[in-house]
Amino acid sequence: MDISAINPVLLVASLMVAATPILLAAIGELVVERAGVLNLGVEGMMIIGAISGFAIAVETGSPLLGFIASAIGGAMLSLLFVFLTQVVLANQVASGLALTLFGLGLSALMGQRYVGVRPPQTAHLDIPFLSDMPVLGPILFSHDPILYLSIAIVASIWAVLKYTRAGLILRAVGENHDAAHALGYKVVRIRIMAIMFGGACAGLGGAYISLVRVPQWTEGMTAGVGWIALALVVFASWKPWRVLLGAYLFGGVTVVQLNLQAAGVAIPVEYLAMSPYLITIIVLVILSKDKSSAPASLGRIFHASH
Amino acid sequence: MIVLEKRPQPSRAWSLATPLVAVLATMVFGGLLFAVLGKNPVEAIRIIFYDPLFGEFAFYYRPQLLVKGAPLVLIAIGLSLGFKAGIWNIGAEGQYIIGAITGAGVGLAFYPLEAWYIFPLMVIGGALGGWAWAMIPALLKVRFGTNEILVSLMLVYVAEQLLASMSLGLLKNPDGFGFPGSRNLNDYASANSWISQDAGMHWGVVAAMIAVIFSYILLNRHMLGFHIRLTGEAPRAAKFAGVNPGRLILFCLGASGALAGLAGLFEVAGPTGQISIDFNVGYGFTAIIVAFLGRLHPVGILLAGALMALTYIGGEIAQSQMGLPAAAIQVFQGMLLFFLLAFDILTNYRVRLNTRKVA
Repeated sequence: MDISAINPVLLVASLMVAATPILLAAIGELVVERAGVLNLGVEGMMIIGAISGFAIAVETGSPLLGFIASAIGGAMLSLLFVFLTQVVLANQVASGLALTLFGLGLSALMGQRYVGVRPPQTAHLDIPFLSDMPVLGPILFSHDPILYLSIAIVASIWAVLKYTRAGLILRAVGENHDAAHALGYKVVRIRIMAIMFGGACAGLGGAYISLVRVPQWTEGMTAGVGWIALALVVFASWKPWRVLLGAYLFGGVTVVQLNLQAAGVAIPVEYLAMSPYLITIIVLVILSKDKSSAPASLGRIFHASH
Repeated sequence: MIVLEKRPQPSRAWSLATPLVAVLATMVFGGLLFAVLGKNPVEAIRIIFYDPLFGEFAFYYRPQLLVKGAPLVLIAIGLSLGFKAGIWNIGAEGQYIIGAITGAGVGLAFYPLEAWYIFPLMVIGGALGGWAWAMIPALLKVRFGTNEILVSLMLVYVAEQLLASMSLGLLKNPDGFGFPGSRNLNDYASANSWISQDAGMHWGVVAAMIAVIFSYILLNRHMLGFHIRLTGEAPRAAKFAGVNPGRLILFCLGASGALAGLAGLFEVAGPTGQISIDFNVGYGFTAIIVAFLGRLHPVGILLAGALMALTYIGGEIAQSQMGLPAAAIQVFQGMLLFFLLAFDILTNYRVRLNTRKVA
């Protein structure tokens, strides 16, 4: 065992990479939940994003097109959830589960030809001069564009929710859909847009796993990241910056755990691999006392006739 | 414009018809999917739904129906109790794994002793293991208000790691030449759940039947069952009726955990035979579909379990005969849940054509 072999600078840099899929999926789900919809299909949308992004990137040789395809793939799958919960008013918990089960199957079907294929590499944005700085360079200035995009999405979601009219309407729909409807806002239309945004973000997060983090395709490769993202939204009390904090915390746990595995610590590999899930549970327990910040209409079905 | 009008009371006729309509729709769209994959859709549907029951080799496949159906029914019965009350245990797969580990662990601890009491002790061990695993989300929910969906699901991944650790370490067969996996319980007469292997009968099938009967009595003839239904349909009324939500959560999650644990034990002591890294094939998740397809009703779940077992067996035949990918059956099962949820609207709403202009 040799813990001194773990380089703290590389650790922080890889922590950010490990956290980005969770961050993308969670910030998307945050918007969905702020609009009052509980979509438990994050895992399914992520894995569909992972395979559609992977397939397009391999076929075209362009990771950028792959990421675009993954966002479209995630949003397309979320349309099924839209149909079930917004059009035919099905139970959101059951519909979300259906989305995950279906997405896992469909992705395995789509991915058959891509097992063992190497995807084109996603270029890093090595910002001149800045990326050569010691310590800060590798941590802050030499990542891939999607990682920066994920942080930009968090910042813009925060700004939109806090300072704009659109954000206010979205929150109104999530807090009290009947009142929002009475004020003339299109509850269903707003929710559909939120769900599709959530799907696109989850899809991007999935593609980040298959194209950058791993990078290859294996069945069920998201391995519960979508569910951790759902937990993260609760952890963050539905606040964007806390999602970022939480995602990096979980990223940190994952990376430290992997580094300890590599360093050959006396703890068996299986128990180290459990740790991200156990920590998610512990964090949920600590934070679940305070439910006051949850959107009041979360998970409730809206039907305009009454 | 099409508008939805809420029915004063859910339609009984549609409630019974939607599962059938959903199955038909799944056959049509599943057939389309198979056609897209370049397979003959009619032949695929025939192989999946007809051949295992009435085809040339039906005598071989029919017992399989019991083998695959038993764990699905056993788990789904447990899940349906919670689902009825709005308590969502979706970590049955984890409870299934833990039940298998603890139950098999009890049996292996006695090896090579042969005695009549070993198998009953294993059954108790399996049920307790699943129950204890389900108590984690239950107690956390009661004590801290933690979301049981997320906790029970996280515990599936923890259980899978534990399973890997067990089959590589503690429960590894000492005479297994270093291969992962435990001793094969099929070679250990006292720890064997088979009644008749040729008929597909093992104690899990018996347990599934008993669970169906007990759950029917519980839901229709017992105060606790009434409280479960009341909590799901009218939580406020349940509160006034003096239902203790904490106890209900502990009961529903505990019962479903114990049943899932039992299913795991019967599977590992019979059809699978040994604890190995990947002995679990996702019954815990498919059982969610079974529970919904059966309308959370014990008899419905029995039928739905049989149908879902049929798609597993038919899927395997289609895989070997037509080269249909294994994932296609998974998609097929997911589709079924989709159509079911979609057609369910007809139970609660009336679809009307609205010609009146909205002011």
